Amino acid sequence: MSVIVILLLPLAAALLVCIPFGKRWVPGVTVVFCLADLILVGRLAHQLVCGEVPTQLLEPAWSKWLAVDGLSALILLLIAFVGSTAAIYSVGYMAQLNLDGKKLRLYYANYNLFIFSMLAIPVLAEPTLVWIVVELTTLCSALLVSFDNTREALEAAWKYVVLSLMGAGVALFGFMVLFAAMRAGGAGIYTWTGLVTAAPKMPPILLQSAFLLILIGLGTKVGLVPMHTWLPDAHSQAPSPVCALLSGIETTSILYVIMRLFPVMQSVPRAHATTWALVFGLTSVGTAAFLLLQVKDYKRLFAFSTVEHMGIILTAIGLGSSAANYGAMQQIVSHAVTKSFCFFAAGATLLIVGTREIAAVRGLIRRSPLTGAALVFGALAIAGAPPLAVFLSEFSILKVGLAQGEYLVTGLLAIFIVIAFFGILAHVNGMVFGASMSPPPEAAHSRSGALVALRAPFSYRLALLIAAIPVLVLGVYVPKAMQELLALAAAALTR
Amino acid sequence: MNAATKELLQNLNALASGLFLLTAFGIVAMRQARGCLNLFIAQSLLLAASAALLGLRYDSGHLYGVALVNLISKPIIVPWLLRRTSPAEIYTRREIEQVLNIPAALLIALALAIGAYFVGAPLANAVGPEFRGPNVPIGIAVLLLGAFTLTVRREALSLLIGLLMMENGAFLAGISLARDLGMLVELAIATDGLVIVFIMGVLVRAVQKQVGTTSVGELASLKETPRVPAADEGLL
Repeated sequence: MSVIVILLLPLAAALLVCIPFGKRWVPGVTVVFCLADLILVGRLAHQLVCGEVPTQLLEPAWSKWLAVDGLSALILLLIAFVGSTAAIYSVGYMAQLNLDGKKLRLYYANYNLFIFSMLAIPVLAEPTLVWIVVELTTLCSALLVSFDNTREALEAAWKYVVLSLMGAGVALFGFMVLFAAMRAGGAGIYTWTGLVTAAPKMPPILLQSAFLLILIGLGTKVGLVPMHTWLPDAHSQAPSPVCALLSGIETTSILYVIMRLFPVMQSVPRAHATTWALVFGLTSVGTAAFLLLQVKDYKRLFAFSTVEHMGIILTAIGLGSSAANYGAMQQIVSHAVTKSFCFFAAGATLLIVGTREIAAVRGLIRRSPLTGAALVFGALAIAGAPPLAVFLSEFSILKVGLAQGEYLVTGLLAIFIVIAFFGILAHVNGMVFGASMSPPPEAAHSRSGALVALRAPFSYRLALLIAAIPVLVLGVYVPKAMQELLALAAAALTR
Repeated sequence: MNAATKELLQNLNALASGLFLLTAFGIVAMRQARGCLNLFIAQSLLLAASAALLGLRYDSGHLYGVALVNLISKPIIVPWLLRRTSPAEIYTRREIEQVLNIPAALLIALALAIGAYFVGAPLANAVGPEFRGPNVPIGIAVLLLGAFTLTVRREALSLLIGLLMMENGAFLAGISLARDLGMLVELAIATDGLVIVFIMGVLVRAVQKQVGTTSVGELASLKETPRVPAADEGLL
């Protein structure tokens, strides 16, 4: 039952923000509802870890449409967490833009709808319905990406919509082939679990075609190379809290849909699902690592790092063993919390220096110690420096790869990760500690119309603080309940 | 239903599918934005016809539903939504400078259609003998032609039609492959198409206001080297 409430809360918030009750009402409602959702999702995950059977959490009449297992709960938890921190961050972001009420309501209505569409992805059981909510994530976030209404933001939003929907068209055909495969293999209920049960009887050629179509179609939205071209644009031009949502959790929740197909494919001999995952994963990591070196815009830097991390996760899944799956789950968690932190820090930097150009920002630590420290911390965390969350998860993936004897894959992955590490840190190091060679920003580098603040507002600092907690804690100590949830989620990737 | 009627229905369906493919070629070749929209409406009507014929052939009420939804949403609501949301300019545009000229575009389209046949036929065979109709290969062909339109066009309306054409193609294959997908899903997919038109219409209006053109393909300032002056673009 609580699952339905979890889905209804953001919808209710989207409706409530449309009531014009003044400028404090709109962000307030969003923050409160997002936090309530986080609590509910936490409770749901706790129930699952404590061994309650997933079906007990739902009323029987809903079980054809909704299903929650460990993997869904993990993704839900991440969405609710990043959704809440980004909602807190949005308060300050919107306050400094000084918008009229209509534009503010438009932002928050879209924000809540976007959260709703993402929360629906891991909860829905029928694949075609999942496809529809994936479409909804694109459509709800399109106007968020173009929110600044500049030429660049519009271009980014347009590319984002066209490429994502193009991928969605391919994926729709994939889901139809999947359905046909199910019918050809005899009866069954068209849900994720039904598919896993019916998989051995399905014609392999249909399953393989469906898998590839969905991998390519949805892979476009995950940002896998070579379908990634829209991602750095959209993930850098959107307002910073939206970037955190897009990069931190939207990509992950779409990747979740692809992950659901792996247990289905395991019953097909010579399906090569894991090989495809390795190919796409390593290509993405490698390409992103080299593209990272030559970026000129620090928000694009973090956007390319998202492509890199999606590749790492897919590579880990491609390794195939249950230990590797566990590593992939760890990586999903650490990437989501760290990447949202990075975009919060990048947003604070943008507020203070008023430019997105890496070369124009020097000596940030002297102008604003807190923002500079946050940016360095974020860069270290996302690049995988010990003892932070990403280091632990990347380390465990590499360890599993070596233990399995996949030396080529592990070696390539390690090299690419190291290249990306230096790429990110070289850029950020110059920004934060570099000798300031330029006159004060007000004179030279502030973009026309961009506000230059002296320090980050309170809501920025609060969001940064909350987001930093899991980044720090998960690097040194993974709580027992979290470990069990990760294990449950990893188990959903095998038959 | 006797064998002759079944035969007739199947032939009629083949005719509708063939014409469906023809409209897709028409959209690839057509430069006038308005003409593309008209061809797209004709294509959606043919999709509805194919769904109705298959519904009659296999006595499936569900397919009638698909036909009805397509009949209402695409020929009526899509043009209405476009009129409401986007600037009138998108209808009057002509694309004189395409990335490819028309004969080359048609040749590539032909190659895609032939390729789709070789992919689609084994796929349909694997599902079962009664799926061997023209729907699956033609559906895949139109899916690919839609993707092709998206890559060579720059005008907002042509791009939108390319997207909707991909969906039409997936549907044409789907009504044959996944005959009983469920009414809720079909309705949701149709609504989704309308939301696409709405959002893209809003975006086009914003682009037109901000940039002064609806030729969205010409927006290309976001690159790894965005600060380079425009003169260097020829080298990239």
